[in-house]
Amino acid sequence: MTVHNLYIFDRNGTCLHYGEWNRKKQAGISKDEEFKLMYGMSFSIRSFVSKMSPLDMKDGFMTFQTSRYKLHYYETPTGLKIIMNTDLGVPNSRDILHQIYSTLYVEYIVKNPLCALGDTLQSELFNSRLDSFVRALPFFSARAA
Amino acid sequence: MSRQSNRTSDSKKMNSELFTLTYGALVTQLCKDYENDEEVNKQLDKMGYNIGVRLIEDFLARSSVGRCHDFRETADVIAKVAFKMYLGVTPSVTNWSPAGDEFSLILESNPLVDFVELPDNHNNLVYSSLLCGVLRGSLEMVQMAVDVRFAQDTLRGDNVTEIRMKFIKRIEENLPAGDE
Repeated sequence: MTVHNLYIFDRNGTCLHYGEWNRKKQAGISKDEEFKLMYGMSFSIRSFVSKMSPLDMKDGFMTFQTSRYKLHYYETPTGLKIIMNTDLGVPNSRDILHQIYSTLYVEYIVKNPLCALGDTLQSELFNSRLDSFVRALPFFSARAA
Repeated sequence: MSRQSNRTSDSKKMNSELFTLTYGALVTQLCKDYENDEEVNKQLDKMGYNIGVRLIEDFLARSSVGRCHDFRETADVIAKVAFKMYLGVTPSVTNWSPAGDEFSLILESNPLVDFVELPDNHNNLVYSSLLCGVLRGSLEMVQMAVDVRFAQDTLRGDNVTEIRMKFIKRIEENLPAGDE
């Protein structure tokens, strides 16, 4: 099992952070364009899911998977979006994405007055903590899925 | 206002006197820096706003509150969860407008004013206006535009402290230009 990559978007669609671990295939477009595509897709899926749902939803869009990978989506009420791609064997990781929000983003970004909100995150501390957090996940192992 | 919580995410308690006195020092300094009370109120509100937009993230990370579906639910969360968490008091929610878009928070005790007596030359000072800014800023981050003001204040001779909240509108999310 493995974690491929991780995106953090703010409520306006700015990509605050991008982290990559085991990504074998690159998109072949600039990162900026990739972020826009990713954000646009998640935005559309979210509204698609909420319109198509025959019942009232609690959590809304959470995850989708293809034949090779699985995308996990988590959004806070303030509109922060965390998107993580893993292989298919990884179970529901909502808790883990919430942990990234509460123990990393809030602790190292929101509580650091020098970190402007809504801008690409420059904090070394955050980046290294996030990296070690992801590497410590039970399903993070470099073995190819 | 936000306490540093430790890694295990249980909240650390802090002596509220330290907070109250620091806030008092801030207001005193602002009164020296600005000519009139209105300007001080405005600065406090602005600082509160800047605190609020960050505090909301801490709040959401620590409580497991999801998105509120109506203003009544919001009022409950503010009074019972948020005020409790950050100030250690639970205001009561009353005076709903018939349309349900306006309510009051009644504070029996306001921790910010524990040691305060307003001198006569500061009749227009709304001592705790920082709170208005905090409420406005944090609600704005969850897509609610709200008007917050002090309707009554024990410091100015009223029997209770009343914060009046009025829902203005829901802030719509917009897709950034150049997408889809």
